[in-house]
Amino acid sequence: MVLDTNKDLAEPKGIWSWITTVDHKRIGLMYGVTALVAFFVAGLEALLIRLQLTTANGTVLSADAYNQLFTMHGLTMLLVVVMPVGAAFMNYFIPLHIGARDVAFPRANAFSYWLFLFSTIMLLSSFVLGGAPDGGWFGYAPLSTQLDEFVRMDYYAIGAQLLGIASIMASANFIATVFTMRAPGMTLMRVPVFTWMAVVVSFLLIFSLPIFGVGLFQMFFDRNFGTQFFGGGGDPLLWQHLFWLFGHPEVYVLILPAMGIVSEVFPTFSRKPLFGYPFVVFSGIAIGFMGFGVWAHHMYTAGLGPVAEAGFGIATMMIAVPTGVKIFNWIGTMWGGKVRFELPMMFAIGFVSLFVIGGLSGVLHSVVPSDYQQHDSYFVVAHFHYVLFGGGVFGYVAGAYYWYPKWTGRFLDEKLGRWHFWLMLLGFNLTFAPMHILGLNGMARRTYRYPEGLGWEFWNQVATVGSFLIGISFLFFAWNLIRSRKNGRVAGNDPWDGRTLEWSIPSPPPVHNFDEIPVVEHVDDFWHRKYATDEDGRAVRMPDVTGGTLAAETTTGDDGEANRGSPEDMHMPSPSYYPIVAAFGVMVTGYGLIYIPVGWVAAGVGLLITLWGFFGWSLEPVTRDAHHD
Amino acid sequence: MNHAHNENEPAPSRRRPLMIGLVGLLALMAAGCSGAGPQTALNPEGPIGRTIDDLWELVFILATIVFVIVQVALFYTIVRYRARKDDDGEPVQVHGNTRLEITWTIIPVVILAAIAYPTVKGIFDVRAIPQGEDVLQVQVTGHQWWWEFEYVDLEDETGRTLVTANELYIPEDTEVNLTMTSADVIHSFWVPVLAGKRDVVPNRVSNLTLIADDPTPPDAPHPGQCAEYCGLAHADMRFKVHVRSQVDFDAWVEDQLAPAQLPTEGAAAAGYAAFGTCVACHNATVSGPDGIEDIGPVRTIEVDGVTFTSSLAPDLTHFGGRATFGSGTFENNREHLAQWLANPADLKPMRPELNDIEAGRILGMPNFNLSDDDINNLIALLEGWD
Amino acid sequence: MTSQTAPVEAQEHHDVRPIRKAAMWVFLGSEAMFFGSMIATFLLYRNNTADGPGSEIFDIPFTSASSFVLLMSSLTMVLAHNAFEKRDGRGTRIWLAATALLGITFLAGQIYEFTEFVDKGLTLSTSSFGSSFYMLTGFHGAHVAIGIVMLLAMFFLSLEGRLHEERGLNVELVGLYWHFVDIVWIVIFTVVYLLQA
Repeated sequence: MVLDTNKDLAEPKGIWSWITTVDHKRIGLMYGVTALVAFFVAGLEALLIRLQLTTANGTVLSADAYNQLFTMHGLTMLLVVVMPVGAAFMNYFIPLHIGARDVAFPRANAFSYWLFLFSTIMLLSSFVLGGAPDGGWFGYAPLSTQLDEFVRMDYYAIGAQLLGIASIMASANFIATVFTMRAPGMTLMRVPVFTWMAVVVSFLLIFSLPIFGVGLFQMFFDRNFGTQFFGGGGDPLLWQHLFWLFGHPEVYVLILPAMGIVSEVFPTFSRKPLFGYPFVVFSGIAIGFMGFGVWAHHMYTAGLGPVAEAGFGIATMMIAVPTGVKIFNWIGTMWGGKVRFELPMMFAIGFVSLFVIGGLSGVLHSVVPSDYQQHDSYFVVAHFHYVLFGGGVFGYVAGAYYWYPKWTGRFLDEKLGRWHFWLMLLGFNLTFAPMHILGLNGMARRTYRYPEGLGWEFWNQVATVGSFLIGISFLFFAWNLIRSRKNGRVAGNDPWDGRTLEWSIPSPPPVHNFDEIPVVEHVDDFWHRKYATDEDGRAVRMPDVTGGTLAAETTTGDDGEANRGSPEDMHMPSPSYYPIVAAFGVMVTGYGLIYIPVGWVAAGVGLLITLWGFFGWSLEPVTRDAHHD
Repeated sequence: MNHAHNENEPAPSRRRPLMIGLVGLLALMAAGCSGAGPQTALNPEGPIGRTIDDLWELVFILATIVFVIVQVALFYTIVRYRARKDDDGEPVQVHGNTRLEITWTIIPVVILAAIAYPTVKGIFDVRAIPQGEDVLQVQVTGHQWWWEFEYVDLEDETGRTLVTANELYIPEDTEVNLTMTSADVIHSFWVPVLAGKRDVVPNRVSNLTLIADDPTPPDAPHPGQCAEYCGLAHADMRFKVHVRSQVDFDAWVEDQLAPAQLPTEGAAAAGYAAFGTCVACHNATVSGPDGIEDIGPVRTIEVDGVTFTSSLAPDLTHFGGRATFGSGTFENNREHLAQWLANPADLKPMRPELNDIEAGRILGMPNFNLSDDDINNLIALLEGWD
Repeated sequence: MTSQTAPVEAQEHHDVRPIRKAAMWVFLGSEAMFFGSMIATFLLYRNNTADGPGSEIFDIPFTSASSFVLLMSSLTMVLAHNAFEKRDGRGTRIWLAATALLGITFLAGQIYEFTEFVDKGLTLSTSSFGSSFYMLTGFHGAHVAIGIVMLLAMFFLSLEGRLHEERGLNVELVGLYWHFVDIVWIVIFTVVYLLQA
């Protein structure tokens, strides 16, 4: 498979080119498409749940089906939709934001995607292979270790473990990329906020996923080897601590990239820089740090003791502070600006408005005695959907409308987009606002039915109507995404008059991203190449920029390397089939482990395939060309 | 609540988003106070519930104020600084304002510190375990999917304590200390009108205090349910708290401590003959010609030095007097009982095929393929045991 | 830098070693949390021995000896890296082999120890103490085994003259990994064996 360099630079075509791709942009797109499909799957699960709960003593779903559906809805949305959507954006834009041609380890990048895809397939296959996990996404022991007659929770233990491995590898990749591959002049405090948040997220995952991994191994061993981590002489609370030490940083992993997107969208559509850039960055870092200190606020009723409960309560209250700082800075960005209500901006404003509601209900949770009532009730369900959907999903959708022109060279349709926005806004609020009321009125979570006479029917009906509106709004979105690729209005390189480096290159970008690696002198460097400021501080367009691409500002480095951009100098990483082979091997191993003792053979076979993949990968050169033996 | 701006539309007035927002908010709050049923946390019926509710109201008001301020700021900004068709100028490229940053960091800290104090105080108040002779001690064992209650200080002459299931009777105005553990997986005891919830964990002991102001009508006890997902029938693991005056409570105790009478004739007697199937798991204290006998398996578990009753199934000695069965899920009447005895899984999802009595794992009541006669006789028996 | 052609990644003519080292350090960070969680679990359960044996079955002198062996393997690892930096192929191979051998000796000692413990009644399922002990030391042993595989791989590559700096099997990176695994063992030895509460 030796390809010559010039062929490497042309955009490859065909299925095999996608299977062997190591291009961060293609990998990002694959993450995005997979996540979107999974969103519809998890959304369907939600609609079924809503149908069951529309009436008291509902009979749409059996208890068994309901328990699998709510478990998988949570698991899928968190690990297979929102995290990968974040990964999609991070994959595509980290290199573009820092002026690089790819990530640090392109094949590892591909491996992370394929492992994610195969693990997802494995998890979803459980529905037809004896039953999906039914212990809740949080898998509390000893319920999750109780029934070894069913393999359901083994799918959970192995599936989540494999997804975690994919994420850890991707996180190491992103950290190495941002810390060592920035363009000349791109100091850390000139890196766009989105990429900064990606770095914080990557550190959160590096440190939190292994803890979850240990818990998952312990669950697997309790289920299959008779160990006593959570049962017998063990303490069920150990699981909760290990889980939430991961689970809490996880929610910041889910929201910070969306906050990063909003931090890019607000300045672009206000035509002003982000207000308080260093404060926005540092509050993101603060949220990351503090996120490790509040995990037990998920356990106020579990028996921590009043001192621990008080400590975690106060720590949780304090996390509201850096979050508030971000919100105020976003408002400050618009203040004095010229706000354009393009679709990305509408969704971003929706993010801020709805996230505030979710954040405030979070503060209400942090008031510990109040939480003794709210915990495990629909009040919590309302809270996290406001932050994760009203916040996260609105933010990621804003990113989709913002960056679709960059991915495809065309705009998403304006009218379909507005239908999407208003239906989603209305549907979302109709679904989740009533849940605050239901929770305070005593409706417990994770219950497949509720009786008459407790006053819960009306708001459940409202919520169901809302949920279907959400579903319809996403049909508009999906249709828009598909249709606009061919029919959308042509966008060009810089359709929004953007501020960051990705707008300085063609849409869609060439394989090698930048013809010349830029030398960076400011935060929002691209904007500064287009605009100067007059004596009042207002932006003034400079006349000498053509086509939205950077003027050729080649500098000669110390070693005389002036020739950036000629094909001989661009060593793009070559495609490779080892990542998908290795990932496939891991999936086979996973299936084998789920079905032990019969599965030991399959696990062994899977291990061999994985080793073949890893060895081949280690011995293959990154770029096949004349430089190497 | 969001107003996007199309170039061709006239600019919306500044007041409109504000008005809509405020009206929406008021409507929501008014709506929130409706739909408050008997399991609500918002109308507490005891001092602990009130402590929690008072704290909630304080913080909710503060949160609402913050909410209004932030949303108004947001929408004011987008309305005032929206791009206007005729305006070609560029805004001043402001990068930030350190003083503003410090201010809007410190103010939230101050507000949070203010609510931290009553929060911490509330924790210690609610978590305090009541001490003293006047406290009613009840031990709770959580099972999949029913609740077992033992009044450890209330005994009959022979030293048998009062054991019952799913219906908790307490006297008004009395501190009740629940000492709890689980026989299998984690559950959570939650009766919202009286108190917050507390997890019920295997291998651990947890405590919860209940105090109720007033007696409840016989047909309207305070409803509660398990609040930690515990498997298939988690939603059907409910219970009732009946509050009685001290006099009525004492009378109830006396009734409960008395054994059930062994029936000697009629359908009930035939039912007792069929009852042999039931005592593989269920308990009863029966008084007959040979004296008082405890039938059914007796099990206990020891956790942290406390001995808990941990039966395989609910005690049936006074089953007839309970308002509900199936762990507070079904009204206790002939029709439901007949359905239950014919096939329990028709009413409540369970996994009795996975029962392992030696290992102590009980996941429901099997279908014993009882004949209609057996069913009618058993109903007669149980109705008589009130 | 050497007279060889400069190694190449996706960037033009950049030295990839800082990139790979950054990634290895990050990976070791996650490994620290992984082992930290297992050590915490052990600390929680060190006295939950049920009816089985507890820490009295440890043979401190024996484990001290195998700990010493592992410690020495870190020394030989440093020597291997040293030789590699000096382009001394033969020296590299000798010290790589020595490291691998010492690692294998350590693992043999672990296996012997575990069979003794099982004989004395301590298995994975005996008690929470047994579960957490074997999980912690078992995963550590697995990490040592993977390290040995990497050492041997580099040994054979060096034999074939294919151990260049730009290979993913960079001696320094494996050295970092190996030292980390050794440090984890020092913590385990101290916390599990020496500090018996």
